[in-house]
Amino acid sequence: MAMTQQELVDMLSSLTLFADLTRPQLEQVAHKMTEESFPVGQRILRQGFTGTGFYVILDGEVAVKIDGEERAKLAKGDFFGEMSILLGEPPVADIVTLRQLHALHLGGPELEGFLRDHPQVMYRMLKTIALRLRNASRWRS
Amino acid sequence: MAELAQRPFPPGDYPVVVVGSGPGGLQASYFLKRLGIEHALISADPAPGGMFRRFPFFQRLLSWTKPYAPVPRDNRFYEWYDWNSLLADEADARAIMPTLMDGTSSFPSRPEMEANLAAFVERAGLRVRYECRWEATRREGDCFVLSTTDGEYRCQVAIFAVGIAEPYKPDTPGFDLIAHYADTRAAESYAGKRLFIVGKENSGFELATGLLQWAQRIVLASPRPAKLSVNTHSLLGVRARYVQPFEDQNLGGGVFILNASIDRIERAAGGGFRVLCLRSDGGAELSVDADEVIAATGFQCPLRDLQQIGVAVFGRSNLPAMTNYWESATVPGIYFAGTIGQGVAGMKKYGQPANSGAVHGARYNARTMVYHVATTHFGVELPRPEVKPDALVDLLLTEATRAPELWNQKSYLARAFSLDAGQGIRDEGIVPLAQFVDEEGGAAVAIAVETDDTGDIHPAVYVREAGRPAIESLLASNPLHDFRSTENRAQLSSLLSGASAGAIR
Repeated sequence: MAMTQQELVDMLSSLTLFADLTRPQLEQVAHKMTEESFPVGQRILRQGFTGTGFYVILDGEVAVKIDGEERAKLAKGDFFGEMSILLGEPPVADIVTLRQLHALHLGGPELEGFLRDHPQVMYRMLKTIALRLRNASRWRS
Repeated sequence: MAELAQRPFPPGDYPVVVVGSGPGGLQASYFLKRLGIEHALISADPAPGGMFRRFPFFQRLLSWTKPYAPVPRDNRFYEWYDWNSLLADEADARAIMPTLMDGTSSFPSRPEMEANLAAFVERAGLRVRYECRWEATRREGDCFVLSTTDGEYRCQVAIFAVGIAEPYKPDTPGFDLIAHYADTRAAESYAGKRLFIVGKENSGFELATGLLQWAQRIVLASPRPAKLSVNTHSLLGVRARYVQPFEDQNLGGGVFILNASIDRIERAAGGGFRVLCLRSDGGAELSVDADEVIAATGFQCPLRDLQQIGVAVFGRSNLPAMTNYWESATVPGIYFAGTIGQGVAGMKKYGQPANSGAVHGARYNARTMVYHVATTHFGVELPRPEVKPDALVDLLLTEATRAPELWNQKSYLARAFSLDAGQGIRDEGIVPLAQFVDEEGGAAVAIAVETDDTGDIHPAVYVREAGRPAIESLLASNPLHDFRSTENRAQLSSLLSGASAGAIR
């Protein structure tokens, strides 16, 4: 979907990941990240491929697949790609578009600086990762 | 009426209609013509050139043409050294740009570029219906109907190459009071002025560089710190040609580069403007008075009513959502060429974008797109030359070392070969890399050139076994970018021995 600058900033303020940012900080996020669109069926992260990026979903839906098997779905406000960048390893899952995806993208090499510039985002991201870890532990037990 | 009748492509039915006479429209028309696909090329402009009829205002283009290269100009590999000529198979229509430059720079001036495109139209024998403005679009059965100032055009496939040409200003209060980059006047009219430029991309720095010797003071502001291309290892960021304002800032020379968002712009009591900013580091308010404020805030796609027939768009530039072949993701049969192609992100490895927004990337996208249109809509069968098994490794490494498509569109376009046991090895030409690695097909290999986060440039090989996703392998780089090493030959041979066993033997 096409959005004005103000509409994009308003949308970012409604996402949990960016909930603690002031308006100038949200504007900076909107300028640091680029908007991208992916058609249905395209892989955005590819298992075993180098050089991936960090994505925040603005609209649409993706599937998380490992060896072709769907493990989860992600939609508006969810993010992906951070694990591979933080660990410096290729992704262990494919991310495949289920519904036309509109996302914000940040190149992998920029993620560390971005999180250091915006520690509130780092904290929110950490909480989400902790939740994922807890849920993964529950499934195993 | 007599005059109207003499112009090419009168309104009517055509298999394909191409809209736009900038580099994208001309390149698409050229390859349609080469394949014998009847089409109309229409343009609202009175002459070819597209954006190069006006921009850039100051100095020169950002894309090089090196007249003296290690390969002759009639060689395909020369295209890597000449980013501004359009592609052609005929000797007199290719590598036109270097013949029109005066030797003062490897970056052509805007008028030289405009002349280059006009010469291409003439030498390639392209016909264009100028001053025919596309105004509205509708669907009738399987056809698209384009209403223009000259009448209606019906077509099966429509290719829009209308640029990202419509000035865009954010909806922040006060932007309606100020000029856009596109409204920039002659440099001398800014003599002695306090200038405020909103935006720290290349267009903002182009103005700052061009007006350094005229303005009394120049402030550039946008929320995020400016990126420099020499740091991003790509064309992303402010180009080396525009870094003078940084040096002036660092020396205290009347240039100020601020990281701040614009809260609002007001008219100042004594004339001029007051720009109220919020600093990105902490949000402190900052008020700057200026005689002139220019919004270097980019452009949007002038897609007119395409959204009403279902074309999905995204982002502040109003880009269409597209497939890997630059077809609308929501309305099959509508394609895009030229700078709009940058809406297809591709692999974007390490965050580095392709050069689809520039001629040296868009010309290859246009050719690949036309070949796709020809095969999928018009049943054209493109040649798929057979390759001898013992030649494949050398061919792949030579492509990685020299192919202009792979070097201009890193991690985006690849050279592919199918490895079918029955048909042998077939040259599948240049393909979108994201398409190749995601589609399930027969055994195949593709090679691309990629840059990592350290700036290292190396070949990447994608080997696909029948019915399975491709597997990525990186080959070794080389200080002189010659990838045809013994080490790479051995690694590539080993990679190919599995998937291609049937075809290679």
